[in-house]
Amino acid sequence: MRTSSRLGLVLIVLFAAAAVFAVRLAPVGPGDVSDVVRTRFLPPGTIDDFGVLHLLGTDRLGRDVWSRLLFGARISLAVAALATVVAAVVGIAVGATAALVRPAAGFLLGLTDFSLAVPRVVLLLLLASLWQPSARLAVLTLGLTGWMPIARLAYAETRGQLGRAYVDGARALGGGRFRLFRCHVLPNVAPSLLAAATLGLGSAVSLEAGLSFLGLGVQPPAASWGTMIASGRDTVVNAPWVGLVPGIALVLVVLSATLVADGLERRQ
Amino acid sequence: MPRGFVFGTLRVPLVVFGVVTLTFLLLHFAPGDPASHLLGPGATTDQIQAVREALGLERPLAVQYGRWLARAVRGDFGASIATGRPVLAMLWEAWPATALLVGLSMLLSYAIGMLIAAVQATSRRRGVDGFLSGLTATLAALPGYWLAFVLVMVFTYVLRWLPGFGAAGLDADYLRPGQRFMDRLAHLALPLATLTLIGIGTAARYARGTLRAVAREPYLMLARAKGAGRWRVLFRHHLRNGLIPIVALLGLSLPAMFSGAVFVEGVFAWPGVGTVLIQAVQARDYPVVMAATTVSAIMVVLGSVLAEQLLHRVDPRSRS
Repeated sequence: MRTSSRLGLVLIVLFAAAAVFAVRLAPVGPGDVSDVVRTRFLPPGTIDDFGVLHLLGTDRLGRDVWSRLLFGARISLAVAALATVVAAVVGIAVGATAALVRPAAGFLLGLTDFSLAVPRVVLLLLLASLWQPSARLAVLTLGLTGWMPIARLAYAETRGQLGRAYVDGARALGGGRFRLFRCHVLPNVAPSLLAAATLGLGSAVSLEAGLSFLGLGVQPPAASWGTMIASGRDTVVNAPWVGLVPGIALVLVVLSATLVADGLERRQ
Repeated sequence: MPRGFVFGTLRVPLVVFGVVTLTFLLLHFAPGDPASHLLGPGATTDQIQAVREALGLERPLAVQYGRWLARAVRGDFGASIATGRPVLAMLWEAWPATALLVGLSMLLSYAIGMLIAAVQATSRRRGVDGFLSGLTATLAALPGYWLAFVLVMVFTYVLRWLPGFGAAGLDADYLRPGQRFMDRLAHLALPLATLTLIGIGTAARYARGTLRAVAREPYLMLARAKGAGRWRVLFRHHLRNGLIPIVALLGLSLPAMFSGAVFVEGVFAWPGVGTVLIQAVQARDYPVVMAATTVSAIMVVLGSVLAEQLLHRVDPRSRS
């Protein structure tokens, strides 16, 4: 693995660890408000009148940005990771079925192409307008709008493997189509599917924050990177750090996912 | 790989039909009754029943679907719940702004992206490629709504150079034509820069891959061997062949570009389809959401048909 991919992996692990140990790393709770007037808009690195160090400053309600960043990572990363799992399962199922069951191929590939032609954000907004926004809805909608690239790749890779001698051998021994796929083809195509899923994880993190940014994802007062950026927009003049900090975290996670995916693709 | 489902003009009506069907099904199976939504919480059961009958919600599903299709074909998307205006008129006013923004940023980002990729592919110093790869990966990772926020912070609030809101100044109608044009340009600058910067990242990453794929082709060696200069090799032989997959990607990257534009339009209050869509979603204005979804799908599919025509021009082999 190249240095850049390794760096990306380290960053993702660090962010995941920060999310898991948020309770220990955060000095105060993500929604804790003490004396609003005396603690609001403190610049990064200030110690407030109550002796709490605000590493990344406070927002307009005096909430600690560092704590909110950590707890926001929980929601942002968990929603994105679960959505990616949904997308991978649906994508592999559709792609593999299209490759293995010939009569279904035309319909499934047509469905994939059709779904790719509709802009994803438009579809997400449509779904968000029909159902009550929640973390569960975000997982489902992000997953169900993100499976197409994985399906295409799964189809192409599976078709590529089906002509190989080892597949013929397994078939000669009496393995059924789906056993063939699960036991023989899937392990061989897993690395490239993993690369595609990692890329998908990056865009899911970004889109989840985007939905929350528009008020259509995780609902306030829960801390999410998207809602933090949205609230930072209103205080851009006197407290730019409120919106800058979660955005930088977001860019780092998406960039890391890209670098890891690049590294995974290169290894084949 | 199969070459997609139906290539050519049949794809446009097919995708539109699919989107119209999808929106019908989603609307039908979503929780909440349109009738009670329309009437508000104070409505009696009788009133709701009357509205349900007036809206045709009591008819069989197939009949409702048929009526929905018939209306969509005629471009009749009903009236907006929030404003009472015909939905089609709202979108008819909005689409040129989106087409301008997405079209221009697409052009700019592919032009600059390919230039960066060409530098990466031809540079003999390792560091240049590495630095530019890092830069383009970072650009591609930027979320549009956040980059918009940063650009507004710097150029509108700190430097006070450019407006960060709308497509024209409040005094636009009173300006002389030349000034009005400059005003428009100033309002276009930040939304366009946001979309283009992100687009450059994506385009350059693709282009670098395709240029590298042909970098070891024998015809390049031949061109160098017969004494063609570095730039002649690049523009005459390398870029021309590396360009083909990039042109094919133009159409495929259109949905993503459009998706990015929705957020960017929302942040800058750019009067396009994206802003209409976001406002409609936040107001739960279903007719507008449905129509905006359909219109954006139409724009994307028409754009990809255009990109395909472009591909046929640059690659005669694809004209089968």
